Amino acid sequence: MSGTDRIVAEAAELVRTEGTALLERMLLIRRFEDAVQRLFQRGEVHGTTHLYSGQEAGAVGVCAALRPGDRAAGTYRGHGHALALGVDPQGLMDELLGRDTGVCGGRAGSMNVVDLEHGLVGCFGIVGGSIAAVTGVALAFQRRGIEHVAVAFFGEGTSNQAYFAECLNFAQVLRLPAVFVCENNRYMEFTPIEEVTAGDIVARAEALGVWTRTVDGMDVQAVHAGASEAVAHARAGEGPAFLQTLTYRFVGHSRSDPGAYRKPGELDEMRRRDPLAVERARLIEAGTADESELDELEGRVARRIDEVVERALAAPFPSADAGMREYKESGAA
Amino acid sequence: MAELEFRDAVRDALDEELARDEAVVFFGEDVARPGGVFAVTGGLQERHGSMRVFDTPISELAIAGAAFGAAISGLRPVIEIMFGDFLFLAMDSLANQAAKYWFVSREQASVPLVVRSAVGAGGRFGAIHSQMPVPWFQGIPGLKIVAPSTPRDAKALLKAAIRDENPVLFLEHKRLYALKGEPGDDGEVAQLGRANVVRTGSDLTIVSAMKGVHDVLAAAEQLATEGIDAEVVDLRTLRPLDRDTVLESVRRTNRLMVVEEGPRTGGWAGGVLADVTEDALEYLDDAWRLTTADAPIPYSPPLEDAFLPSAESIVASVHEHLNTRPVNSSA
Ligand SMILES: Cc1ncc(C[n+]2csc(CCOP(=O)(O)OP(=O)(O)O)c2C)c(N)n1
Repeated sequence: MSGTDRIVAEAAELVRTEGTALLERMLLIRRFEDAVQRLFQRGEVHGTTHLYSGQEAGAVGVCAALRPGDRAAGTYRGHGHALALGVDPQGLMDELLGRDTGVCGGRAGSMNVVDLEHGLVGCFGIVGGSIAAVTGVALAFQRRGIEHVAVAFFGEGTSNQAYFAECLNFAQVLRLPAVFVCENNRYMEFTPIEEVTAGDIVARAEALGVWTRTVDGMDVQAVHAGASEAVAHARAGEGPAFLQTLTYRFVGHSRSDPGAYRKPGELDEMRRRDPLAVERARLIEAGTADESELDELEGRVARRIDEVVERALAAPFPSADAGMREYKESGAA
Repeated sequence: MAELEFRDAVRDALDEELARDEAVVFFGEDVARPGGVFAVTGGLQERHGSMRVFDTPISELAIAGAAFGAAISGLRPVIEIMFGDFLFLAMDSLANQAAKYWFVSREQASVPLVVRSAVGAGGRFGAIHSQMPVPWFQGIPGLKIVAPSTPRDAKALLKAAIRDENPVLFLEHKRLYALKGEPGDDGEVAQLGRANVVRTGSDLTIVSAMKGVHDVLAAAEQLATEGIDAEVVDLRTLRPLDRDTVLESVRRTNRLMVVEEGPRTGGWAGGVLADVTEDALEYLDDAWRLTTADAPIPYSPPLEDAFLPSAESIVASVHEHLNTRPVNSSA
């Protein structure tokens, strides 16, 4: 067996032994995002939000390939990245509702969540910010001699940011243990990616000599297999890896987007490839679980999110005076 | 006459200038076909064509860099940097290149470019989509900063900015986009660098800009019911500052308060205070500023509300400085 084959075989074995774990993670994200959408409409989540619905296989497949101590950076579309890393849904929901009990005490909000305990370097509101941060995290791992990898999630539109070109080159030249995960959902906000992007995105990484792979981002096991290879490459000290996941978001870019730019029939077609349905069908076919077990799982996740919402709505808001005092007394510049 | 909405005022100014001058072009992220994330620029591409109004990749360095190069080569570009916070990425072309070119080239070519950007807090957008970029640009000779507070000014000042030969940063406060107000005269073009006295009064002068002007006006109404007569100055342009209008007012009222949405350290309010104390010290009984704290902008609604200047905090600050008491205070 070649090294790559072995990694893929190990990944398949892990998925098999984990049974329904990946599906459960994806369900958790989907139900969480549904709840965020409802709460946004009720005026409980503020400002703007960018939901991950439809893209769950990406973060879940990639994060399942990580070890404790690895770190990842997400984007403003970051709830999925956070939950896939194991961030507590309660702490995250409380944060989105601006509560004192949120992972960042209500200071951050949806676009800036940080939870280092769970390896979440941040959800970066600046397009390209995740790439930049992870380049540095990988540099620290390498120079400190720690065998960890750092993963950056970002959209395909981000490949047109200066950070993309500069950091990929930087990481490759220094052979940094970074994994760049380009989640290609076909649109930068409201503009089809091909209208604002010349050539092929993966080819940009290839031109720098970076290891690359493209996987079906609607299939969590395909993502997991590809990510396992990418992570192994980076962890082995062979330099950064670039993983493109071909995916789709089922909701608007942000709260106020009806999605008028979508191509006719595209949303329906992609909904038929819903990563949750794909994985569910596979588990049943493989005999890992039966219909009723999976229904039960779905009910359990839905109830969990209901509880999270209920607790979040009852959680206290931070006190303005205390928050500012704490910040000042913490040695802030 | 029908009222004009702030966002439509901005669009109308772009529309009229695109129609008036072939050299004007407009580009940015999602501005053309989608019409902009704040629904300001819809219809401009249909009317003026995709050679002159177009969408760009997410490439702030390229957008600003291209605007600079185009401006010294016969175009008059207007670009949109979606949120003021993203100006940091565009900084080199604006601060190092565009602002200095007229000087270093010994006036071989001017740099007529306008950067439109949505700024300010209060929308629950958090620390990195709410900032006020004025201090970053304030110390850069060679560019102007325009900061309108009304729809009429937004239109007349944007038209002036597009016709100006210098790079101009044109700030649109997010919480003003839905504001409706009196339209100006057809084809009105304002003069950059001129402040307006928007309320006359004799007890103190309160200076502000953008959203702050509305908070100050609301505070002045409240203060009037309590026997304090505030004069209100809307700066409209933050660089260059209209010192004369502020000085003239302070010489009559003898007190100056400056209200700035932005951190105290390095803010423009400090500059106004310094100018006035240098030039009119003998007229001053008191001079102070109300700003935001030296801290990033919080997301949580109670935190953000407490963080920002408001009519109430302005009224309270005036009472504190004048040693007066709010009428309905039991204190
Ligand atoms: C530097 C910067 N420029 C612009 C934006 C506004 N913005 C937020 S998301 C986005 C589109 C990103 O598209 P893509 O990278 O494809 O990721 P997706 O949102 O599709 O996940 C833009 C332009 C931003 N947040 N940061």
